[in-house]
Amino acid sequence: MPGTEEPAILMEGVDKYYGAFQALKSVNFRVASGERIVLCGPSGSGKSTLVRCINRLETVQRGRIVVDGTELTAGRKAVDAVRRDVGMVFQQFNLFPHMTVLQNCMLAPIKVRGARREEARETAMRLLARVQIQEQANKYPAQLSGGQQQRVAIARALCMSPRIMLFDEPTSALDPEMVKEVLDTMIGLAAESVTMVCVTHEMGFARAVANRVVFMADGEIVEEAPPDEFFSAPKHRRTQAFLGQLLKH
Amino acid sequence: MITTLGPAQFLLLAQGLAWTLALSAIGFALGGLGGLVIALARSSGLKWLEGLAAFFIEVFRGTPLLLQLFIVYYGVGLLDLSVSPWMAVSIALMLHASAFLGEIWRGSIEAIPAGQTEAALALGIHYATRMRYIILPQALKISVPATIGFLVQLVKGTSLAAIIGFTELSRTGTLLSNITYRPLLIFGIVGLAYFAVCWPLSRLGRAMERRLTPAART
Repeated sequence: MPGTEEPAILMEGVDKYYGAFQALKSVNFRVASGERIVLCGPSGSGKSTLVRCINRLETVQRGRIVVDGTELTAGRKAVDAVRRDVGMVFQQFNLFPHMTVLQNCMLAPIKVRGARREEARETAMRLLARVQIQEQANKYPAQLSGGQQQRVAIARALCMSPRIMLFDEPTSALDPEMVKEVLDTMIGLAAESVTMVCVTHEMGFARAVANRVVFMADGEIVEEAPPDEFFSAPKHRRTQAFLGQLLKH
Repeated sequence: MITTLGPAQFLLLAQGLAWTLALSAIGFALGGLGGLVIALARSSGLKWLEGLAAFFIEVFRGTPLLLQLFIVYYGVGLLDLSVSPWMAVSIALMLHASAFLGEIWRGSIEAIPAGQTEAALALGIHYATRMRYIILPQALKISVPATIGFLVQLVKGTSLAAIIGFTELSRTGTLLSNITYRPLLIFGIVGLAYFAVCWPLSRLGRAMERRLTPAART
């Protein structure tokens, strides 16, 4: 699939520093349109940083990032264009606590896309229905469980009709019994043509939906392969060690 | 001639109280606007603007209100502008309240988790919308107890306006005690009047603090 057409995401020689600490080391990363990537690796390996560079929540010191044909630079126009196309779901949900579920979903379409209220409400209700939470539309985030909040966060991102969805450890802050409902929602999303980049340690999810699993360690992409190959025959020593850790439990 | 304390004197005290309330209201209203500007500047992320706002805050928090009143009153007078005590006091109270409210609200803005800003950025929401609909509503809510605390300080602080000849509650008290020779009684009444304004405010602040605390849990 990758290769011929223009990639959805392209990173070339990206370096990222926090002070003296180098979080990304000359990273080359390419995601084809419609591709679903799972990013994994030990904590501190730079996977969250990489994802956050894609919509410029983090700036980089060196290298090129192109998202949906837009070269990501400091310019406000480029940043706006990229963020319009890219949705993001966070580990801590980051819903707006003083707004209802419906208001959370309507704010950006109205203020950023200039949608009419009725139109925004309709879209929001349709997407809330899709993550099966429409009956909670008038509740506040604090009244919902973690799993429900994360599904709202997914719906909120989808309301902007993104072509690329980024997930930064979307199930890590959830109680175990709520992980499934969020993963099911994400699997449902994968059936559509949305490009997905997902930082997660849910290997079952990776097997089920990923076209490619990317393993990072110490700020570098160490290995990438389709899930079958990645899990059955990891090539790199660090990948083997990482998978060994996961399977021990 | 010694005047006794009758209805006419109580009317004067009531007028003084009205001026005190008016000064507090104007100081709070103007200071609220100025404080918002200061708080936004102080948390803008622009180094020079943050520095400027920090300097303003330090100057007005680090000097007595009395001094600020003098400087505005005589300072503006030096510019050959005729300035009424009313105008001078309003300006001084505004500057004073802007500094304190700005610092209170800066703290509240910075207390909002970074994830809120990140979620807004990821949705493509720009600064003005982000502040207006996401950050400030949450920040102002948590700042309510401290803001009311400052309002109580401000009500009492307006008594310093007496120094430049403004006849608010305290000065009315001084004048009346001079003609009745009953200072203890007069200032007792004046004190009660201040208390009658400030105590309900304090109560309100505490009630709102209680009401807001459960909302802070997740």
